[in-house]
Amino acid sequence: MSALLSVADVHISYGKVEAVRGVSLEVATNEIVTIIGANGAGKTTLLNAIMGVLPLKGRTSFAGTDMAPLDIEDRVATGLSLVPEHRELFGTMNVEDNLELGAFRIAKSVAANSLERVYALFPRLKERRKQLAGTLSGGEQQMLAMGRALMGAPKLLMLDEPSLGLAPIIVADIFRTVGELRAAGVSVLLVEQNAQAALQIADRAYVMELGEFVLEGSAKDIASNKRVAASYLGFQHEGESAV
Amino acid sequence: MNTTILLFLLQDGITNGAVYALLGLALVLVFAVTRVILIPQGEFVTYGALSYAMLATGQVPGTAQLAVAMGLAAFGLDLFFARKALHVRLALRSAALNIVFPVALLAVTYKVAGPATPMAVNIALALLIVAAIGLFLYRIAFQPIAHTSVLVLLIASVGCHLALQGLGLVFFGAEGLRGPALSNAAVTAGPLRFTGQSLAVYGLTVAFIVGLWLFFGYTRMGKALRATAVNRLGARLVGIRTTLSGQIAFLLASVIGAISGILIVPITTLYYDTGFLIGLKGFIAAIIGGLVSYPLTAVAAILVGIVEAFSSFYASNFKEVIVFTLILPVLVLRSLAAPAVEEEKD
Amino acid sequence: MAQRFPLIVFAVVMALIPLIPGVPPFWIVLLDNIGLAALVAMGLVLLTGVGGLTSFGQAAFCGFGAYTTAVLTTAYGVSPWLTLPASLMVSGIAAVLLGIVTVRLSGHYLPLGTIAWGIGLFYLFSKLEFLGRNDGISGIPPLSIGSFRMLSPDTIYYAIWIAVLLSALLTMNLLDSRTGRAIRALRRGHIAAEAFGVQTPRAKLLVFIYAAVLAGLSGWLYAHFQRAANPTPFGAQAGIEYLFIAVVGGAGYVWGAVLGAGIVVVLKEVLQSYLPYIFGGQSQLETIVFGIMLVLLLQLAPSGVWPWLMSLLPFKPARRTPDTSLQLQHPARASGSSPVLLKIEKARKQFGGVTAVNDVSFDVNAREIVALIGPNGAGKSTTFNLITGVLTATSGKISVLGKEVENAPPQEVVKLGVSRTFQHVKLVPDMTVLENVAIGAHLRGSSGAISSMLRLDRAEEARLLAEAARQIARVGLSDQIDQLAGSLSLGQQRIVEIARALCVDPQLLLLDEPAAGLRHMEKQRLAALLRQLRDGGMSVLLVEHDMGFVMDLADRIVVLDFGTKIAEGTPAAIKRNPDVIKAYLGAAA
Repeated sequence: MSALLSVADVHISYGKVEAVRGVSLEVATNEIVTIIGANGAGKTTLLNAIMGVLPLKGRTSFAGTDMAPLDIEDRVATGLSLVPEHRELFGTMNVEDNLELGAFRIAKSVAANSLERVYALFPRLKERRKQLAGTLSGGEQQMLAMGRALMGAPKLLMLDEPSLGLAPIIVADIFRTVGELRAAGVSVLLVEQNAQAALQIADRAYVMELGEFVLEGSAKDIASNKRVAASYLGFQHEGESAV
Repeated sequence: MNTTILLFLLQDGITNGAVYALLGLALVLVFAVTRVILIPQGEFVTYGALSYAMLATGQVPGTAQLAVAMGLAAFGLDLFFARKALHVRLALRSAALNIVFPVALLAVTYKVAGPATPMAVNIALALLIVAAIGLFLYRIAFQPIAHTSVLVLLIASVGCHLALQGLGLVFFGAEGLRGPALSNAAVTAGPLRFTGQSLAVYGLTVAFIVGLWLFFGYTRMGKALRATAVNRLGARLVGIRTTLSGQIAFLLASVIGAISGILIVPITTLYYDTGFLIGLKGFIAAIIGGLVSYPLTAVAAILVGIVEAFSSFYASNFKEVIVFTLILPVLVLRSLAAPAVEEEKD
Repeated sequence: MAQRFPLIVFAVVMALIPLIPGVPPFWIVLLDNIGLAALVAMGLVLLTGVGGLTSFGQAAFCGFGAYTTAVLTTAYGVSPWLTLPASLMVSGIAAVLLGIVTVRLSGHYLPLGTIAWGIGLFYLFSKLEFLGRNDGISGIPPLSIGSFRMLSPDTIYYAIWIAVLLSALLTMNLLDSRTGRAIRALRRGHIAAEAFGVQTPRAKLLVFIYAAVLAGLSGWLYAHFQRAANPTPFGAQAGIEYLFIAVVGGAGYVWGAVLGAGIVVVLKEVLQSYLPYIFGGQSQLETIVFGIMLVLLLQLAPSGVWPWLMSLLPFKPARRTPDTSLQLQHPARASGSSPVLLKIEKARKQFGGVTAVNDVSFDVNAREIVALIGPNGAGKSTTFNLITGVLTATSGKISVLGKEVENAPPQEVVKLGVSRTFQHVKLVPDMTVLENVAIGAHLRGSSGAISSMLRLDRAEEARLLAEAARQIARVGLSDQIDQLAGSLSLGQQRIVEIARALCVDPQLLLLDEPAAGLRHMEKQRLAALLRQLRDGGMSVLLVEHDMGFVMDLADRIVVLDFGTKIAEGTPAAIKRNPDVIKAYLGAAA
């Protein structure tokens, strides 16, 4: 079966600086794939470029469609969705309006069903549905950002650092939800600094350093890789980098 | 001062203020959604007013031809920017909006224009023509540079103002025009006399404010526009086209401008360049509202109208000086209230 | 003097133009107008392009200059040359009064405010009795030297262009100086500049006045060129046009102002004279075409024509290398005997209902490297901002060397010897590494704007640049010294920030995620540098997520979670601390 998302030999530059160099990756239907790596490795840049927020050189196709000529808005319509690092919520609008806009491209009758499902997934959002998004706690904002993306009934959800700045207990909650998404037929591409948690729920993983993938494989293999363990999972690290 | 003068000045101020409020609302709307400070708002006012006045005399205004010309340019731009992924449906849709619509409008205008045309038809035609111009203006002048800085957008906006004002002279001549009143009825209440026209001004202003409130609060498209204003990237990530939001904002602004013009042209003689100054006063109200708040803008607009009425009575020479200096203390207060820490995002 | 060469050539060419036989007098008039517009636009280059303060009101300052001389010469018979200082003074004073209000405006309010007072002043000019209302003042005497009266366009031509060239020279001198760097840093936000002692409101006011005085000079020349003054050329439209000139030329470039003035003035003239021939006698056609061309030009070249021309040049101007043998004096600071360099006692910061920093206390001793770690959003950067005075604490006490930093602004904190880097790099991307780093030495120089313009600051400037070059060498970026900061990788930019912080000659260095984005070898080098600094007597407080780096380097670690300190101790103790493992390090540690 062909991949849902396929990215081949992608280069991304900020002016003269090349932030991502020759990266290729695939995500299959019903798969959870994670990209781990240090701050500044280029993970966020890669996700943004796949979504069309940044321009890239290389080939990207999603669900059999070439992404190159499509704007962000058209990529959303093909079933690709990004929950960005800064969440980008509509802070001065309430939770329900945020969710409703998540289904902007979806027929209103379908959207009503989606809303019930998102509320079932995140009961906290239902409790706070009349509250302004900007006044939610960090964890609730992350839930809202994921909920808003799910309202558009995506085939692939790309999550950028969902655990960022959240208490460990909420992180666990978020990761549990990510696991549940697969059951609902949504594939996930997850970018995380919290490598441990990410590797636990992922099927496959890529390790990114300084704009390149230095390792890829099943999550299990990556988790047991010595260099990864040294660099990302513990403190035994003594000067040995994965490069 | 006696009460009669006071009341009269208040009434005058509120009537003008209501028009400024409409324009201020449109400016806030356009700025919030597109970051364009809409200097040509004043031209929408004059185009609406003078097109209506010309139609009332049975002539076809040049604005109808301008809409066709701008539509052609917009069509060309659509094709050019979509050249990589051009398909028939897109081209047809663009042709329908940019060519068929203004050409049909021009044809209808030629067909029905005459001294006996009902007023409602003239108003509808004037509104549609200006609406088309507003829509195409965004497509031609602003959509290609939508990502640039507020400064560049502002200067482009000035360019549009210059071009449209110059065209206004070509279309309407240097002589001022007046249009027929919507209603010649009048109501007297104590010392005050309310003309049907001024009542229409109040009524339409209130209707528009309520209408905008409903649109932004309860419709999906209205919420999408708000979302674009709050967070452009967020809006794009849920599939809201910022270009569509921009077009709708310009469409609303041009219709609001044209309506304001049609409302005041029976009261005062308008010249091809009067709109600029009227627009600027709406602009002051919009600034006082911080370019974000609709209710504050409406209240500020009424205040501007009242201050203007009183200063034209007491110091008519310095009317404009007073009105324009009025906003400096407001701006200072607004800046002081603004958060001191710059945002970390670039 | 290779840099002056093009300027001299330009000056000679301009001087010869009127002498060429057969040059139509009309061309000279155009050149006069170009010069007048260029003067105003040059002020805008400094104000808007370099300083980031957009003003639509510059035409009003021309008005101040023009009306001052008009009134003084016609009503009081003062000689034109004597009114020059008066015109400049009046423009300058008007700028001070308006500027005090205007530079306090933030964001979009600033340009909007300038539109407002620009229009207000226009109406004031056109209504005041003693300024002749709408008719203005006529019969202004020409400039004259002895019995030579500058009546014709080609005589005042020299006065105008000498003014333009001198202003360009002075402006470029100003930009290439200590004050100039402070001005150039304004556009990227005030936080970084203030962290190195720049008084940003004062710097903003300075450029505001400078631009106004240039506009006043243009107005003064205009009045004696036209021999009349009326309100029209000083209205909102003109103010907008000046800004347009600056943007067309390239808003950050002094010569862009001259080029932009040339393009716009000639364009308008061509349109005015030829359009009627093409389209018949329709009036105002040139406004239409001018407006359309303006929009087109912005769509094609939004950053202006001058930078585009420069990028076509086959060679790049050479740069001088600073003479690093020059020494800069160490700043005089009270060197306390207490071993505690930084003391934080129950510091607390609330934003609305959220407590970002919750009664945190810890010390940094002399010659010590302390790391501050914790999950994102734990309050680490907020703590940095409290120490450096960017934010004021809701409660608690922070002291440096026993001296309490009670709500001191960043400019005062840096004087105590505390300098910092930023989590989100705050360099000026279009300045070179050397210039960026030299901002760090701002407080170690004292030359002001006037001495910079007149080049009296060169000895001090050389010492400042030498110090900057030394610190760049120290962090190992000497090869990149002349590159634009924006062209470096993010990791290198972080190192540039460290060099800039070192230029303060600090006692305490605050580093916010210095190792992020560095390669392994670069991290090793950074660690070695920080150890060397500590051994040399400096203390370092750093925020960092790279645990390998932190555990190796830090003498002590403070752990924050949800704004609260949950642990403090040696790296070995922190690694084993169950609270830290639970909140931050994770179970597998």
